[in-house]
Amino acid sequence: MEFLRPRTWNEAVAVKAAHPEALALAGGTDVMVELNFDRTRPASLLDLTGVDDLAHWALDGDVLRLGAGVTYSRVVDELGFALPGLATASRTVGSPQIRNRGTIAGNLGSASPAGDAHPALLAAGAEVEVESVRGVRHVPVAEFFAGPKRHVLEPDELIKAILVRPASGPQEFAKIGTRNAMVIAVCSFGLALHPHARRVGTGIGSAAATPRRALDAERFVSEELDWQGRGPLPDGVARRFGELVAHAAEPIDDGRGTARYRVHALAVMARRTLGWAWAAYRKG
Amino acid sequence: MPAPSTSPAPPAAGTSTRVTGGVGESARRPDGALKVTGEFAYSSDLWADDMLWGATLRSPHPHARLTGLDIGPAVAMPGVYAVLTHDDVPGRTVYGLERADQPVLCDGIARYHGEPVAIVAADHPETARRAASRIVAEYDVLEPLTDPRRAIDPASAPRVHPTGNVVRHLAVRKGDFETGLDVAAEVTVTGEYEVGMQDQAFLGPESGLAVPAEDGGVDLFVATQWLHVDRDQVAACLGMPPERVRLTLGGVGGAFGAREDLSMQIHACMLALHTGRPVKMVYSREESFFGHVHRHPAVLRYEHGASRDGLLRYVKAEIVLDGGAYMSSTPAVVANAATLGVGPYDVPHVSVDCWGVYTNNPPCGAMRGFGAVQAAFGYESQMDRMAAELGLDPVEFRIRNAMSEGSTMPTGQAVDSPAPVAELLKRVSSVPLPPRERGDDGYDLRELPGGVSNTTHGEGVVRGVGYGVGIKNVCFSEGFDDYSTARVRLETVDGRPVASVHTAAAEVGQGLVTLLVQIARTELGIDEVTILPADTEVGSAGSTSASRQSYVTGGAVRAACEAIRERVPDPASLPDGEVVEETVEWRHRPTSPLNEHGQGNAHVQYAFAAHRAVVDVDTELGLVKVVELATAQDVGKAMNPDAVVGQINGGSAQGLGLALMEEVQVSGGRIGNPSFTDYLIPTILDMPPTRVDILELADPEAPYGLRGVGEPPAISSTPAIVAAVRAATGAALTRIPIRPEHILDLSGVSEGERT
Repeated sequence: MEFLRPRTWNEAVAVKAAHPEALALAGGTDVMVELNFDRTRPASLLDLTGVDDLAHWALDGDVLRLGAGVTYSRVVDELGFALPGLATASRTVGSPQIRNRGTIAGNLGSASPAGDAHPALLAAGAEVEVESVRGVRHVPVAEFFAGPKRHVLEPDELIKAILVRPASGPQEFAKIGTRNAMVIAVCSFGLALHPHARRVGTGIGSAAATPRRALDAERFVSEELDWQGRGPLPDGVARRFGELVAHAAEPIDDGRGTARYRVHALAVMARRTLGWAWAAYRKG
Repeated sequence: MPAPSTSPAPPAAGTSTRVTGGVGESARRPDGALKVTGEFAYSSDLWADDMLWGATLRSPHPHARLTGLDIGPAVAMPGVYAVLTHDDVPGRTVYGLERADQPVLCDGIARYHGEPVAIVAADHPETARRAASRIVAEYDVLEPLTDPRRAIDPASAPRVHPTGNVVRHLAVRKGDFETGLDVAAEVTVTGEYEVGMQDQAFLGPESGLAVPAEDGGVDLFVATQWLHVDRDQVAACLGMPPERVRLTLGGVGGAFGAREDLSMQIHACMLALHTGRPVKMVYSREESFFGHVHRHPAVLRYEHGASRDGLLRYVKAEIVLDGGAYMSSTPAVVANAATLGVGPYDVPHVSVDCWGVYTNNPPCGAMRGFGAVQAAFGYESQMDRMAAELGLDPVEFRIRNAMSEGSTMPTGQAVDSPAPVAELLKRVSSVPLPPRERGDDGYDLRELPGGVSNTTHGEGVVRGVGYGVGIKNVCFSEGFDDYSTARVRLETVDGRPVASVHTAAAEVGQGLVTLLVQIARTELGIDEVTILPADTEVGSAGSTSASRQSYVTGGAVRAACEAIRERVPDPASLPDGEVVEETVEWRHRPTSPLNEHGQGNAHVQYAFAAHRAVVDVDTELGLVKVVELATAQDVGKAMNPDAVVGQINGGSAQGLGLALMEEVQVSGGRIGNPSFTDYLIPTILDMPPTRVDILELADPEAPYGLRGVGEPPAISSTPAIVAAVRAATGAALTRIPIRPEHILDLSGVSEGERT
């Protein structure tokens, strides 16, 4: 196995073009497990940890750029106000050691339906900046996933950054696990209020072949909410929202939970997170 | 955590106040700092410069005929030194704790998913693994027997072994049931319960290093629970006299019963003897799930009969324990489940039938509290239901029926030392309930069901309180010749008296090495005591299991010290250069086998613990947060109070795991979750604060009056937690571990399913 370790981003993009089969490696919290179990044996590994400008985030105009090397821990520690949904989701990833190494971009690269960052990124309306020697393009996270553990990147492309607007309203993330920490999601839900656009964003995790938005639920609740008057959230609206989120899921039965439970839990989480977010919005 | 309270105990014979760090003090562990700082050498750290690495090819099928085995492609790989199969086993081709029924390597029929088929030695672990995967094994796949309830039928098919599928059926009959009469009662409660397959989940995987010796024998360094029984099985399978096989204990990263059976021991020795090179084998976490026995899954049917005024009249029970493909310690597990099957209660009429069976599921054997754990979930669930039926408080109902010193067990055995069951229950039930703590925002996620996964801010959360009490036998039972050997050496070096203690007892993390030092200090009245490495150069210490080492090896060390004191009444005054050594083989009082009605003085000692669990349940999502566990346990004598509290907390955590999350998921004979990603054990956010109340009511038969500590807390915490979840939710919860789906009733149209 060839081990490629570029020192600059341009070099990384060139190396990826020359070695399209190379598997990108950042924190290694997914990739190294796969290698150790001999489930993957890529011809080469492209280690991005030597590219130092990747591990930074910065506000670029009105958009936050999260470099591909930004870890869960840094999101928890530094972006709790700007990206509260993603920070809450990051806090549920693995153990502190895993959060210190694992990256948001790596979560996207693995493209697991159970990836914890995905529902928060979907709800926030994030985009993935990908680059190859052919140029740069921006892929909305909602269009990023192609199937279980598959995404839409071309073989010569690398994730360079995640672009997301800082929260303009409350955000929530909730995840079901059968223990209280260090657990892979049985199912999860991300929610973001976008008051300027009078829109609610959603993201469902671990309840379909890919992470996905609940579009009907978003449309329904965005129209029902009293954005202007910040009036109370009618219980019926919250419940209907939960039902519509649940309907957007297509879960399966597996060792971590049943499809029926996942549907039920998504409805409850959607109803509750909407309640929390709306209560926060009403407080201003 | 509040400091454990202790009740006064009579002064133990031979105790001395001259030394520090003696019996009754919380002497510090010699291995504590090393383990906390990551410097402790575990058996997986063993190393020899010229060593090879072993790997194992295992059956992918739970039941199959091995029709072809081509080792050629593996042998052809550069770096491969040996590939061995069933035909290469030099001696006896089978091994086992109670009966040798398990092939060293697949003998033509694979009887479980993961059965070893061939072994490889290579100069690199990865090479060894790849070579193993290149062995071409061909199978004729057979129908597996996976339902233990079917296996209790002597005519059940397929037969996993030629002897039939029933490993042991034990009937215990007391009172009118013994004379064949039936018994009626004013109030009866019937229930069926199920216990899933728990894993010991030790953190140090199976590992060891076999080094060929000049005399043609082998030296094996290994993490195990009983060096001598390993040695005897290894020697038989190598076709060698036992003295040519020498074992030394490696650093043990937890055991909990999973190291009672052999794993890589014979394999590593075969490869070492074949290649003439040291061979190291270390299982990965995944392989470990296939490489050791698990806790027996159980199906339990109980019928309890009581009078209106709340006195138990009879208990009828049928317990089926799934032993999987090989016998391991199934007969002993059956004995415990049957003889302890009604719990720590006075029951005039008892009828218990317990079966241990062969199936093509993963082999099951020893795990902390075996037999007693499964039964306790059944009988404690029944006690709660009966209390509800009678309109009695569950604690009050238990106290009315609690056994005590002088009670008669279902086996007819009289309980001849303290059995403070009622007192334990009173103590845990009188601990003030924990307050409902709230952070600045009104909640703290870490205190709520779901934890930082942020599933509730208090919505749907209901608190519940539940109780459990359990009973466990301590030491080996049913007439087993259970003894330990201790060699103690006293000498004076540079004017200072020093003692060394040599036993073969396995320190598996419980702190026995600390305890043996404390005993020698106390008995000899000297401060400086060294524990020599455990090996087979000294006689057997018996197994580190059945909560027995403090009792038996502790007793042996005390006896050896007493023998020295007889020769040197004041050990501190031994002249420089003189050496006094004594080796003692020490036995507890004998036990006897059970007759055809399950009657007999089969057990040495009984131990008891009670738990109160306080839980918060998110009743809409089915998630549980255990808020607090209160435990009361009679330990006879707290030899090392810190270690006792550690055992109680650890056992409580393991019981919490069984109640709420720990299960090896087996479907069609296959393990579906062989990893710590999907086999979940409690984290710090799952394990609550504990309140530990220690009683010291001496057992006059036992050294220092002590009572085995390790297992009881792993028995009663499970039913207490389940009872608390039932109290919060009203759900029936007849199966453990509880899953969210069991708490919620999703049988109708649930939230999210409306259109």
